[in-house]
Amino acid sequence: MSFPATACCFTPNQRVALADLPLLNYADFAAALLQTVAEGGRIASYFGRPTAAGLEIFALALRDDRRGRLALWRTRVGAEFDALTPLCPQLHLFERELAEQYGVRPVGHPWLKPVRFHRPWGGAVDLWDRKGACSCGQMDFYQVEGEEVHEVAVGPVHAGIIEPGHFRFQCHGEEVLHLEISLGYQHRGLEPDLIGGPQGRTPYQLEAVAGDSSIAQATAYAELVETLAGISAPPRALQLRALGLEYERLANHVGDVGALAGDVGFLPTSSFCGRLRGDYLNLSAELCGSRFGRGLVRPGGVVFDLDDALIKRMCERLAILEPETRGAIDLCFDTPSVLARFEGIGCLRTEDAEALGLVGLPARACGLARDLRQNYPNSFWAENFGDCLTEDSGDIFARGNLRRREIYAALAQVNQILRRLTAGPLTRPVAALAPNSLAVGLCEGWRGELVHVALTDDAGRFERYKIVDPSFHNWSGLAQALRGQQISDFPLCNKSFNLSYCGFDL
Amino acid sequence: MLSILRERLRQGHRTSKYPKIEPTLAGRFRGLPQLNEELSPQTRQAAIASCPFEALSEADERLRLDLGRCLFCADCPAVCQHRAMQFTGDYRLAVRRREDLLLHDGTLRRADQLSDKLLRLFGRSIKLRQVSAGGCNACEADLNVLSTLLFDLGRFGIQFVASPRHADGLVVTGPVTENMREALLATYAAMPEPRLVIAAGACAIAGGPFRTSNQAHQGIGDLLPVDLYIPGCPFHPFTALDGFLRLLGKI
Repeated sequence: MSFPATACCFTPNQRVALADLPLLNYADFAAALLQTVAEGGRIASYFGRPTAAGLEIFALALRDDRRGRLALWRTRVGAEFDALTPLCPQLHLFERELAEQYGVRPVGHPWLKPVRFHRPWGGAVDLWDRKGACSCGQMDFYQVEGEEVHEVAVGPVHAGIIEPGHFRFQCHGEEVLHLEISLGYQHRGLEPDLIGGPQGRTPYQLEAVAGDSSIAQATAYAELVETLAGISAPPRALQLRALGLEYERLANHVGDVGALAGDVGFLPTSSFCGRLRGDYLNLSAELCGSRFGRGLVRPGGVVFDLDDALIKRMCERLAILEPETRGAIDLCFDTPSVLARFEGIGCLRTEDAEALGLVGLPARACGLARDLRQNYPNSFWAENFGDCLTEDSGDIFARGNLRRREIYAALAQVNQILRRLTAGPLTRPVAALAPNSLAVGLCEGWRGELVHVALTDDAGRFERYKIVDPSFHNWSGLAQALRGQQISDFPLCNKSFNLSYCGFDL
Repeated sequence: MLSILRERLRQGHRTSKYPKIEPTLAGRFRGLPQLNEELSPQTRQAAIASCPFEALSEADERLRLDLGRCLFCADCPAVCQHRAMQFTGDYRLAVRRREDLLLHDGTLRRADQLSDKLLRLFGRSIKLRQVSAGGCNACEADLNVLSTLLFDLGRFGIQFVASPRHADGLVVTGPVTENMREALLATYAAMPEPRLVIAAGACAIAGGPFRTSNQAHQGIGDLLPVDLYIPGCPFHPFTALDGFLRLLGKI
C-alpha cells in the first residue's frame, strides 16, 4: 500500500523544493492524512509556517513498511480550522502546539490546552487570553467528581534528581482513574532560537535538546544538514555514529533496567547497573572525550576517529562488561518476586499505542514494529540491522525485557562495528544549503525516533526548524497506561517509559 | 539467594579510592584549558570572535577565558583553528566566586572551604536538594551517578534529599527557564537557613548553549547567591565531587 495520490513522496536523503510542494485546500489535506492513518501510516511531524496569506501547515507521514518512503502535504489555514484530533487522536498535541505557537484555533479540539506555556510567537493572539506572564501549569485540569474521588498533584519539583513536570491524578481510593501530565517547565524557546541558522551555536543547542540523547539528536541534525547540502557522510563516519548511538543506547538502557529494579526494591541489579551505566558512558568518553557524546557528530561526518590501540582497548573493555551486564540484568529477570511486580502492571493496549502514535521502545513493547533502523535506514543500518525486537504484552515487563534484549543486541552490534570498521575519510565538506527547500533528519535514538524537519529561506538559512522528540508522542502513552493502576505504581510505570521532559518542552 | 551472592562476588568491590587515589579519566577528556601566552593580536581577536558562546575576551592584552561560559567544545575553533588554547586533562574546575572563573594568567583559584562557622554545621554531614531548571538531563545524570557504587557520595557525608526542608544546599542545573523560575525560588525559600547554592554546569552558571534564549535567564545570575560554581557541559562527575569536597574542606 502506498500513500494517497496527493502526497509529495520522497526518501529521507532527498530534499524537497518548496515550489514543488502543492498547497492543498484544507479538506483535501485532511482527507489525505486521515486516509494515510487509516491505512497504517502515522504522522511523524506536523508544524506551521506563518506567511502573509495565513498559516501554512506541513504534515510529514511515515509508513512502517520497509519501503523507506516519506509523504508530505501542505495546506493553509485562517484563524480557525476544523480540528482533526477527534478523528485522528495522534494529532492531539500537534494541534495544541499550533494553537499555542500561532494563536490559531482548531475548532472542535476536545482538549485544547496549552502545551508549553509560552506566549504565542510573533505577537499572535493568545487563545487562552493569558495576561502578562504565562504561569506554567495554570490550566483547567480534567477532574473526576464523586464520593471518595480525590486528586493528587505532584511536581513540578520531584523528590529525586530529575527534570520537572506536573502530574495530576484523579483517584478513587488507590486506583488511578485518570492522569493528566502538564509539562513546559523546561521550555527553553529552542525552535525560535534556531531560526536564521545554522550558526556556531546550533549543533550545541541540538545536542542539548535532550542531553541523554546527544548523539541521536546530533545525528538527526547532521543528516538533515547533509541532505540540504546534497552530500552524505562517508561510510566510516556512519559506522562511528552508529557506534556512538549504540553506546548511548547501552548506557541508558542499562541505567533504566537498574532503575526499574530499584523501584521494586531489588537492590543488587539496581547497584550493579548504576555502576555499569557509568562504564558505558565512559566508553563514549573514550570515543570523543564526553560521557554524553558531545562533539562526536557534526554535519559532514564525525569529529573523532579510532585507532587500532583504542579499538583494542574498547574491545577488551566490552569483553569484561558484557558478562557483568548480563549477570546483573539476568539476575533481576530470573527473580520471581521482581517479575511479579513487572507483569501485568502499566499495560498499554496495542490499539491505544497505535491511536496515540507511540514510537520507539514503548511502541515496540506493544508489538508495533516501529524502528527507523528497520523502516527508514541510512546506508549503514540498511546493511547492519535485521528485524527490530518487539514484545507483545505492553506492560512493565515488556518494556523492561525489551530493554534487556536491546542491550544484548547493542552489545553484539558494537563488537561488530569495532571489528569491521572500514578505512576512509571521517568527514566530507558541507556545501551551501539549498534555498527554499525542506529536508528531514531521522534517527532512531534509544528512546525512539527523532524527527527533525527544516525549511530554508532564499539564502539557505533555517526559516523553520521543527524537532519531534520521541517523548512528544509517548507521554500520552504513559498517561494511558496509568488508567486503572494503583497510584503507588506510578514511579515504576514512569521509569518503564523514562521519557524526556526537555525533549518534549524544547 | 545463592545466585544473588554469586553475582555479588563476581561484580566485586567497585568504590574508588578517590580522593586518596586520583581517578583515571578518558584520554580525550577535555578539562581545564591552557591559554596560549604568545598570540599575535590578530590571532587573539580571531579566537575571541570564533567562540559562539562569547567565552573568550581580552584583558591586559592577553586572552581571557570565562570557564562559566565555556562548553569545552570538541571542535572549539580557538583550539582547532587558532591554537589560542588547548584542553588539559585536569578535571578540577570548581570555584567559589563568579570572577574566579575568568581565566587569564594560567592559574585557577579553586574553591576554598566554607567559613569555620558553616564548616562546623555542614563539614561532616550536608544534605543537598537538586532542582533542574531547564537542564537537558546530562548534568542531572552525572549528579545522579555520584550516588552509585564508584563514587559513593554517602561516604563523604553528602546526600541528595527529597525535600527542601531537609536540605542544607540547593544544586541548580539548567539555564533557569522562565517557567521554572518560580518553582526554583519557592524551593530555595523552603530551605532552612543557613543554606548554600551550587550552580552546576554551564547552563546554571551563564546559560550554556541557551544564552540567546528569550525563555531562559542565562543561568542563576542574581536570582540566588551562589556559593560554588561547577563548570562544564556537562561537568564530569569527578569535577562536581572535587568541588563538593573542596567546599567541605576535605581536599
